[in-house]
Amino acid sequence: MKVSTMAECMANGTQPEVLFWVGCAGSFDQRAQKITQAFATILDKAGVHYAILGKEEACTGDPARRAGNEFMFQMMAYQNIQILNGYGIKKIVTTCPHCFNTLKNEYPALGGNYEVIHHTSFLQELIENGKIKFTDSNEWKGKTITYHDSCYLGRANDIYEAPRKVLESLEMELREMKSCKSKGLCCGAGGAQMFKEEEKGDIRINQLRANEAIDTKANFIASACPFCNTMLTDGIKNGPEQVNAQVIDIAEIIALAII
Amino acid sequence: MSTIASLSFMVISGIAFFMFSKQVLVIRKNILLGKDIAINDQPLKRWRNVLMLAFGQKKMFRNPMVAILHLFVYVGFIVINIELLEIVVDGILGTHRIFEPYLGSYYNLLINTFEILAALVIIACIIFYSRRNIIKLKRFISNDLNGWPQTDANTILIIEVVLMSLFLTMNATDPNTHFVISSYLQPLFNKLNLSTLNAIEQTSWWLHILGIYAFMNYLPYSKHLHIILAFPNAYYAPLHSKGEMHNMVSVQNEVLYAMQPELAPTGAAMPEKFGATDVMDLSWKNLMDAYSCTECGRCSAACPANMTGKLLSPRKIMMATRDRLEVVGKNIKANKAFVDDGKTLLHDFISVEELRACTTCNACVAECPVSISPLDIILELRRSLVMEQSNAPTEWNGMFSNIENNFAPWKFAPDDRDAWTAQ
Repeated sequence: MKVSTMAECMANGTQPEVLFWVGCAGSFDQRAQKITQAFATILDKAGVHYAILGKEEACTGDPARRAGNEFMFQMMAYQNIQILNGYGIKKIVTTCPHCFNTLKNEYPALGGNYEVIHHTSFLQELIENGKIKFTDSNEWKGKTITYHDSCYLGRANDIYEAPRKVLESLEMELREMKSCKSKGLCCGAGGAQMFKEEEKGDIRINQLRANEAIDTKANFIASACPFCNTMLTDGIKNGPEQVNAQVIDIAEIIALAII
Repeated sequence: MSTIASLSFMVISGIAFFMFSKQVLVIRKNILLGKDIAINDQPLKRWRNVLMLAFGQKKMFRNPMVAILHLFVYVGFIVINIELLEIVVDGILGTHRIFEPYLGSYYNLLINTFEILAALVIIACIIFYSRRNIIKLKRFISNDLNGWPQTDANTILIIEVVLMSLFLTMNATDPNTHFVISSYLQPLFNKLNLSTLNAIEQTSWWLHILGIYAFMNYLPYSKHLHIILAFPNAYYAPLHSKGEMHNMVSVQNEVLYAMQPELAPTGAAMPEKFGATDVMDLSWKNLMDAYSCTECGRCSAACPANMTGKLLSPRKIMMATRDRLEVVGKNIKANKAFVDDGKTLLHDFISVEELRACTTCNACVAECPVSISPLDIILELRRSLVMEQSNAPTEWNGMFSNIENNFAPWKFAPDDRDAWTAQ
């Protein structure tokens, strides 16, 4: 697919309305790349003028900071802010709650001030403004789904409704897990846990969470974070019994329903 | 009451308040051992938090049944303490129910309210006691509470029941009264003659007020201190998004000067420490958090690491911080300044394994009814581990070097960052 970079836009003398911050998982992880492509497809179809940083994008520094490496975080933040400010970026949309949190809450203190939107809120807005048209044969209608709250979207930034509203717009049957919204249970990836072995315990966190999702007996498990997606997929795969529940990002659901 | 009684009451009251204020000052001094940070922005929002979180106990209502029982104890405590005013005035002047003639029929209404609350407090405390000792709720039988903390919790509940019973007995044995709850107790004392009744009433009166003084002086040593500190702790609660980590300006500047040396002021000194190894490296708010913790364990019950059997317990982080702070406070008192005792909060009170288990999910912060952030302490200790002690798991070191060299936590070629567009 053809996606413009900020460098190209600058060369053409155009300024896109929004920058799509892809994030490391969305760029490199094979599963997360599908989410990135789905979201880019939606942006194209909705007629949003957007661009990516492409090779100029770098890790926000979130996992380094949470692991305790403030130097590494500050280095990454410095570089990213130089680039973002250099392009005069005003508005950013991202499919990763960790990037979202860092860009929105932590970059302002370092001189990076942008309007930062998570893709679920962005999708909700597109749907409400009629920018997204669904196919007449809405295949998602009545399908059972449960939504896993990402900690960095939910508790960290109080976004609980946008992803649910998006699912409701497709008339899906939303089944809440035992712990949800502000009581939502972590997938186990945050705080740089994604990049190390879990400490010893009785059960893996992602297993515990996947079990809660399985208990809803929903056909689909919606995520809004590439890390949650990985953790839940593993949890479902390694669970005590084989289940057919599919872990899918909100953007992928919309991409499949859109004209 | 005789003059001797009045005098001894005044002396006892004086001693009780003196000892209590002395301990309050010790705690204040300990809290101020923390790093100075300014928390004074947006006063309106902060007062709103005091109103909602402390007075209104908003977070408690995440579990309505327990919240209502706790509300009985809390309202009972505050309202019945209004009666304390009369008790103290009676004690000093040697009078008996001094407010009665002034308040007329309102006096009965007031005491009846106190009595109903006293009964509700007794009921709630008995339920709370059973939740800990008979039903054995998971968060109350955790290893965090082994020993003194368990005793502390039960002691408080028992004291509350005893104090309230004394208050009711005092009213029941006062022959000239007929109050809503204590009148049901009066048949118990029917057969006693007037002087015995008088003696029981006086004894209950004394035990009640002495009990309250004892309770007051027990507070500074107990987890129960939250009844005071919940209020300032709500005022100083962070107002920013929970996801935002505290920025280290010193490191920010260090990076800035490395990138743009022309901005570096001459002779800029590096900070002495990165992150926290001991309580003095934490902020005073972190330390006030530690004294505000009532060890209820809602944080640990919601912690994904704790739930899955990892060593981490956010409640234990707070308890360890308070324990260490007490040790450091005593050390300073004995030696005039802190003398290295070969121990630190990090390693000796909180282990690396505990810190490593945290997913920074903020569940502990979201659950805490008194606005404590165990996460803040965990992250400050992690900073010290990584930046001062180069103590990180191998995988994390790999992640750091990937970010540094490949601009992503994984070892992918930066040139492939937009490879997804080609698929």
